[in-house]
Amino acid sequence: MLTTIVKDTRLKEKTCKQFLPDKSGHFGKYGGKFVPETLMPALEQLEKEYLKAKEDPKFNEELKYYLEQYVGRPSPLYYAKRLTEKLSGAKIYLKREDLNHTGAHKINNTMGQVLLAIRMGKERIIAETGAGQHGVATATAAAMFGMSCDVYMGEEDIRRQSLNVFKMKLLGTNVIPVKTGSRTLKDATNEALRDWMSSVMNTHYIIGSVVGPHPYPMMVRDFQIVIGQEVKEQMQKAEGQLPDYIIACVGGGSNAIGVFYPFIEDEDVKLIGVEAGGLGFDVGQHAASLSRGEKGILHGSLSYVLQDDDGQTSQVHSISAGLDYPGVGPEHSYLKDTGRAEYVSVTDDEAVDAFNLCTRLEGIIPALEASHAIAYTVKFAPTIDKDKIIVINISGSGDKDSFEVAKKMGIEL
Amino acid sequence: MNRIDAKFNELRERNESAFIPFITAGDPSLDATRKLIVEFYRKGSDMIELGVPYSDPIADGPVIQSSYYRALSGGVKLSDILELVRDVRKKTEIPIVSMISQSILFKNGCDNFVKSAVKAGFDGATIPDLPVEEAEEIMEAGKKEGFKIICFIAPTTTSHRMELIVKKSQGFLYYISVVGITGVRSELSAGITENIQNIKKLTNLPVALGFGISTPEQARMAGKVADGVIVGSAIMREIEKYSSQGDDVLVDKVGKFVGKLVNSTKNRN
Ligand SMILES: Cc1ncc(COP(=O)(O)O)c(C=O)c1O
Repeated sequence: MLTTIVKDTRLKEKTCKQFLPDKSGHFGKYGGKFVPETLMPALEQLEKEYLKAKEDPKFNEELKYYLEQYVGRPSPLYYAKRLTEKLSGAKIYLKREDLNHTGAHKINNTMGQVLLAIRMGKERIIAETGAGQHGVATATAAAMFGMSCDVYMGEEDIRRQSLNVFKMKLLGTNVIPVKTGSRTLKDATNEALRDWMSSVMNTHYIIGSVVGPHPYPMMVRDFQIVIGQEVKEQMQKAEGQLPDYIIACVGGGSNAIGVFYPFIEDEDVKLIGVEAGGLGFDVGQHAASLSRGEKGILHGSLSYVLQDDDGQTSQVHSISAGLDYPGVGPEHSYLKDTGRAEYVSVTDDEAVDAFNLCTRLEGIIPALEASHAIAYTVKFAPTIDKDKIIVINISGSGDKDSFEVAKKMGIEL
Repeated sequence: MNRIDAKFNELRERNESAFIPFITAGDPSLDATRKLIVEFYRKGSDMIELGVPYSDPIADGPVIQSSYYRALSGGVKLSDILELVRDVRKKTEIPIVSMISQSILFKNGCDNFVKSAVKAGFDGATIPDLPVEEAEEIMEAGKKEGFKIICFIAPTTTSHRMELIVKKSQGFLYYISVVGITGVRSELSAGITENIQNIKKLTNLPVALGFGISTPEQARMAGKVADGVIVGSAIMREIEKYSSQGDDVLVDKVGKFVGKLVNSTKNRN
């Protein structure tokens, strides 16, 4: 059963006293709107329309309908018996976002935003994508509603994620290769923003994570909190209690905030975000913005960013295209500073090992992104009591990563 | 008086529009930038907009992006650019406005940036990714030092926002002539004259027009309707064209191009 978006936000307002983000889009000092004036009216319109839609039962019903009938929600919360036994520590549950239509949590957000774009009378959709999961989710929603769609994707990611590129094309989306900078997610985001600068009159930009200028971090969060709401109900049914730990990978931070958010006031539930430690902590070798970054501005908001002492964005690396991003959503920066969530990182190799472990033990091939959350659990679970419960958010399926993992194993497909 | 105000007062008396070339600091080299600024001044430019290269400039098209990229590959730092302006100040009192991303500004700290910029000889800044709502701190820092924060108005700007912006902007207003990013375009958008007149109803601040102005003919038209004409990508494209031919050729060729734009802006030909 889905709870509506409306209800959950009110809950937050009441119990937390402080409703975040504030009116100007700040989570504490983080967030805000750092974009050219050309885009400001569009952001104002988007915020207004979103806040209206969110209070509109018709919008919520429609979204709920598509999430249930099209996306396949609720997604199961599965007790990973063999993984639990293997690690012989806490009891481990997997939230199966990989079972959503298109294979990741990203579609929760794109369904919401496409419905919103239709309400706003926009005819064209654009998006950026890293792993291609958000691109495919956007292309899918666009196809289903008959909208024209362009997706920006870095050349390096096009190489790493050729399967998703092909899917987007099948779905009728135009995939635009981005050749600037590091040719990954950051540069695709730049290009999408530039496109929007010229097309803002008839185009809606669907950002794929809780990043970007206000209202995106708030809106994308709201569309993803269905994950955590379900976990709460499912856990109650399965164990009659709340989990002790929730572990999720953090790229921009949308799957993590989605599963964390409904538990924020349940202070006994520990929230752990896992970032991409890549090849190590030298500059350019990882993408752990919260663990290693500093306060800075990237893509329209103030948050932790990996940058040099002049404010130039640093190169980043992760084996997982979806985590290969030098910034992070502003609400995570806020949760880090307030201590409500903890952020750690694991390396490429640890993630690949966890990918294999989960596949062998549970018959579930997780996305490399989600494998980061599993990898941290592999280290963490044995250190805690058997009566504790961990929920890992399996943000997506690893189908898309087959080629990359095969390459890493020295196998040619 | 701040050099920007003095310049616009002087031009107002002569009933002339300002010509404002944009140039990226450090492309192809800091030395070339210094020579080019002095040459632009000699050719009759009224003000310089000096671009501080940034790795992720969302308001900029491919021409300026790649000039930023070349400058950063050459290792240019903000401290080098301050040094450059200090050097230029030995040769000319032309007003110099920096174009700087809020990412760089934030990292350096508003007060710190304004103080060092003023000390180096900058007169103000345009911050393309900083809307007025977030500009409080830099505006305050600027006021203390007489450093002008120039705000943008876009064709998409609503009348409610326009009122807010004209109240905050200092020195002049930067009217973005197109819905989109910087770049070379073949035509000026329709409706510019009307939009500038609307701004003028709200403020006495000079209004400069930029984004997409690339030919002498466009500069002439822009000069008729606006108090200032800003040309960026077209100049950076010329710089790119001649950058491998040595500084003398570069300065000569690009200087001539700018000279033509100056004359067109002032309707002298
Ligand atoms: C399966 C999967 N998980 C996680 C991510 C990272 O994004 P976020 O941190 O916003 O959840 C992505 C992004 O592409 C993804 O495809």
